[in-house]
Amino acid sequence: MATAAFDTPKLKSYPVIPLVQAGAMSHLKPFVAAAPIQKAIGFPEQLVDDWQDKAIAKMGELLGKYRSLQVYMDACVHCGACSDKCHYFLGTGDPKNMPVARQDLMRKVYRRYFTFAGKYFPKLVGAVDLTREVLDEWYSYFNQCSECRRCSVFCPYGIDTAEVTMAAREIMDSVGMGQKYSNEIIGKVHRIGNNLGIPGPALENTLEGLEEDTKEDTGLDIKFPLNVKGAEVLLITPSADFFSEPHVESLIGYAKVFHAAGISWTLSSHASEAGNFGMFIGNYEQMRAISLRVREAALELGVKRIVVGECGHAWRVAYSFWNTLIGPFDYLDPRYPVPQHICELTDDLIQRGALQFDKEANDSRIITFHDSCNVARASRMGNLPGGQFVIPRRIITSVANHFHDMAPQTIHESTFCCGGGGGLLTDDLLELRVKGALPRMEALKGVVDEHGVNFMATICAICKAQFTKVLPYYGFNMSMVGGVHQLVSKAIRLGDK
Amino acid sequence: MSLLTITFAVVLSVAALVFALGVARKIRSYARTPAPLKIPTTPAPTSSAGVGWRMARELVFFESLFKSSKWTWIFGWTFHAALLLVLLRHARYFQEPVWLPVVLIQPFGTYAGFAMVAGLGGLWARRWLVDRVRYISTPSDHLMLALLLAIGLTGLGMRFVKHTDIVAVKAFMLGLPRLDWQPLPSDPVLLVHLALVALLMAIFPISKLLHAPGLFFSPTRNQADNAREQRHIAAWASALDKKA
Repeated sequence: MATAAFDTPKLKSYPVIPLVQAGAMSHLKPFVAAAPIQKAIGFPEQLVDDWQDKAIAKMGELLGKYRSLQVYMDACVHCGACSDKCHYFLGTGDPKNMPVARQDLMRKVYRRYFTFAGKYFPKLVGAVDLTREVLDEWYSYFNQCSECRRCSVFCPYGIDTAEVTMAAREIMDSVGMGQKYSNEIIGKVHRIGNNLGIPGPALENTLEGLEEDTKEDTGLDIKFPLNVKGAEVLLITPSADFFSEPHVESLIGYAKVFHAAGISWTLSSHASEAGNFGMFIGNYEQMRAISLRVREAALELGVKRIVVGECGHAWRVAYSFWNTLIGPFDYLDPRYPVPQHICELTDDLIQRGALQFDKEANDSRIITFHDSCNVARASRMGNLPGGQFVIPRRIITSVANHFHDMAPQTIHESTFCCGGGGGLLTDDLLELRVKGALPRMEALKGVVDEHGVNFMATICAICKAQFTKVLPYYGFNMSMVGGVHQLVSKAIRLGDK
Repeated sequence: MSLLTITFAVVLSVAALVFALGVARKIRSYARTPAPLKIPTTPAPTSSAGVGWRMARELVFFESLFKSSKWTWIFGWTFHAALLLVLLRHARYFQEPVWLPVVLIQPFGTYAGFAMVAGLGGLWARRWLVDRVRYISTPSDHLMLALLLAIGLTGLGMRFVKHTDIVAVKAFMLGLPRLDWQPLPSDPVLLVHLALVALLMAIFPISKLLHAPGLFFSPTRNQADNAREQRHIAAWASALDKKA
């Protein structure tokens, strides 16, 4: 489908909060999942006849299952603290992209059906019936949230719009209104083992090709093992790392780290995916089923550690949810955190002096680091809070000489989403993706102008794919984005070279 | 006994009951609803003591609001802090003998009334002046501010413009819980003040004023960041493990 024409926002030298432009993004919605996609993952094939009753019943069920949803439906006071925090609002000016207004799309229905005030005084508290128009609005705007949690940092009650978006998507899925991109991918994971739908033999082939390429580059036999029983480490990485640029450069980086440190490792064709789109659609059962593949692979291969590659939402699910979903991990080596992030592993090796680098190899690059939203605000690395900010930067400055952070209000827990997270990395939402990247692009422009930055490192497959696509819209070169382990790969000393 | 006294005694008692029972019911439902996943907004404390400190900072300083909007913080924090002083000051109408801290707080509580009204004024101004906040404001948001402002202004009126018979009011209040109803002065400003307070108490459990208990139950704030160290699992989620 050709995307309708839209204007790329102009980059300003300082951030400006846009004026409210009602309806600016109301035309945009992703493709609805067709019947076979829905059927494959157990959702109704199309909007069911009694969708309204079913949706309200589902909402009631979720209110009883998730304290977050119940509290967040009640607690908002419309103070507006979040109103200028969402990158999609800042990029589009559409008021329904303000976190509070996005939540209110559900809250006004919640009030109507679940509260005294909304049942008897709907106008007073802004309560509405769940009509077809409201449902369509849900579909549009709950698919314009990347579940990045920036709003939750700034809300005085910690209200997290991601929780509301997940619940809304879960409700819509349950009445047959699924989102094509996410649900199709979930089907692929179950059927084939990864989001890209790469079958085992193709994966094997790709990895062999990588071994050959790396041998050509380094003269060394650096392995990319698949399904090796008894390996020390099972690496779970986003499938984009196998095929996409610049992702694959980081995969080569991981392999070199394992090689240099002498750690035996393996990938699994059964669990050849770190990403977990079950989280995007707020479906606990899907999230659990997808995660279970990792447990099965780890037990089957008899590994002692599980390490996760560069992937933001995946790391959230792995770090925050795996222990709940597929734990306990009592069959793994207790001396290592489970799961462990590849950056934690590399950083630990660097700190112990087990890796050596030629930092000059990265001298052509002036580097900045984009904190990926779900790593920054929904997980941790290392033992101390905030380790997720320290460790990747410490790796970068260990392997390269030129590093500059972007503006403080755009990094760490205040980082902006790339614009493509949470199940929105699809071309039918391109306009949203380009506009939502605006705050990050402005911050990037700041360090480009001031320090001549020419490389933005990040540790998320979605960030990498999204920036590769949208950087050119803002006049930047798409090859400016890459992984942290891409930098590691460039500078690491492999001994007998 | 006058009809007025009976009416107010009944209305205030019922409102107080609605408030207490309604909020208790809500708190019970929050406490009983499971939080199946670890979702603290990170960086988050890794221990429960750290979580206590984080919550205390939110409660006392409105830390997150401070990070997000200085104007809203100034008005909001001023209003809440002043409200606390005013409420403490009012405690003397409900106890005999009066507790020493309540005695000591009296002068501060008196002037906090002005700060409270100023804070409310600022918050209301934002609802008109900031286009984003104007967009999200519902009629009830405005009415809530009007209600609080009216309570504050009638209170200040009785303190600084025309005194009411406060000794009689105190006797009335002390009698309420014992069902020993004493005559309430028929001062119109007092009656408006009390009626609005009754309304505020009654709507508390069905309104956004639930943000007060809500803060304590917000999983993004009250969970420790220890997902890897401690397995966290809710009953309904653990049932899935058994099924499989």
